[in-house]
Amino acid sequence: MSQATALYDIPGPRTRQRHRAYGVLAVAVILGLLGWLVALLSTTGQFGHTKWLPFAYQGIQELLLRGLGNTLKAFALAAVLSLALGGALAAGRLSDHRAVRLPATVVVEFFRAMPVLVMIFFIFVALKVQPLPALVAGLTLYNGSVLAEVFRSGVNAVERGQKEAAFALGMRKTQVMSYVLVPQAVRAMLPAIISQLVVALKDTSLGYLITYEEFLHAGKLIASNLDYDLPFIPVVMVISPIYIGMCVLLSWFAGWVSRREQRSPKTEAVDVAAAGPGTLLPGGGPPTARRP
Amino acid sequence: MNVLTDNFSTYAQGFLGTLQLTVYASVLALVLGFVMASFRVAPVAALRAVGAAWVTVLRNTPLTLLFFAVLLGLPRFGLVLPFQVFAVLALGCYTSAFICEALRAGINTVPKGQGEAARSLGMTFGQTLGLVVLPQAFRSVIPPVGSTLIALAKNSAIAGAFSVTELLGTYKTLGELGYDVVWTFVWIAVGYLVVTLAISALFNLLERTWGVAR
Repeated sequence: MSQATALYDIPGPRTRQRHRAYGVLAVAVILGLLGWLVALLSTTGQFGHTKWLPFAYQGIQELLLRGLGNTLKAFALAAVLSLALGGALAAGRLSDHRAVRLPATVVVEFFRAMPVLVMIFFIFVALKVQPLPALVAGLTLYNGSVLAEVFRSGVNAVERGQKEAAFALGMRKTQVMSYVLVPQAVRAMLPAIISQLVVALKDTSLGYLITYEEFLHAGKLIASNLDYDLPFIPVVMVISPIYIGMCVLLSWFAGWVSRREQRSPKTEAVDVAAAGPGTLLPGGGPPTARRP
Repeated sequence: MNVLTDNFSTYAQGFLGTLQLTVYASVLALVLGFVMASFRVAPVAALRAVGAAWVTVLRNTPLTLLFFAVLLGLPRFGLVLPFQVFAVLALGCYTSAFICEALRAGINTVPKGQGEAARSLGMTFGQTLGLVVLPQAFRSVIPPVGSTLIALAKNSAIAGAFSVTELLGTYKTLGELGYDVVWTFVWIAVGYLVVTLAISALFNLLERTWGVAR
């Protein structure tokens, strides 16, 4: 335990003993709950042979893999496009010209305040687009707007002296931006950007709701099969570790990047963002890189 | 335009459904998030592990998958509740992981010296917590908790796709009645904007009243 907490001192021998007793009690309760869960699963027949049979068939394994491939395809498209859109919108919001800044601000604030699903449904239902483009477009609009805010707060978080020094050297504003501010901002914001990509990866599962044939959809197809006695719980037990594993890997990568960048001498003039989804209050004050 | 006036009751019902989901799930998320945050800063290693596992798993679970598992999975165990309750459970548990992290970060912003000073004045653990640490932590968690609750309100749209009465779900009813789809969605969007901007305004007010001046 880090000693940075204000809650308690370093425990003495008696307190440590008491904590150990609590620990034993807590472990007993957790094991009890887990045991109860396993018992519940087995009494309702979730470990039955027929329910797990489908996963032995090659056709069904291929169905799941195809679903996973479609999920990753949607994620890759949405990630690339939303990074591009985020960059464009951030450039718009940081512009000196009000004619550019105002529309960019309106777009960013609107799409950040709207649920992604409403956008995806609108594109899918009202504009009658195919599921994949609808999903990618919805994810791009939302994540692009959030990433625009992330980029912008990164550029604003670079120490003022950097910009002043660059201008004093006679650089133009585009040069200041592209040679001095943006490289530092991207380094500082890399953890937040990757965390936002985790959000995009998780949100690809919304494609299930508009009948895009992604991973969850493949799972649903297997789960509603009467031949295998509706293997619903087995499907969840197979699918969720894969989904969660992918997201945990990406989140862990964000954390690793964050720790690495914090040590890097290239981020001395800017606060490195913590690895976490950088949701900011809409309509609030100007975003800051990190609250101390 | 007449989409709204003709179907005001449908919209109102959906809006109320979204509002109910948001409020109930927020309460559940705040309570659970507080419990989990207290686990995560506890001196007992087993409880810290529980808190960490809860946060890691739920933060990295797609909400659709969670809805899928809760709404369609729990009935397999013979647990039959109204869909709305299931939706509140799924949304509340999911959001509690984010609330937990926000609260933990807030508690960690309180300098160590504050607790040491409180204890050297002879305060008990409860007094230190209630009079010194939590009031200071509260000030710095207002913005992150606010943005988490806004995210919750937006995520409640997923419940609509799982046949819970809610604002986004109204598009189906109105589509069957033959109204213009674009205008239907415009009014749905306005409804969501009202909810998110209201939460945002509330938390900006809280921030102005109690937030830390930095």
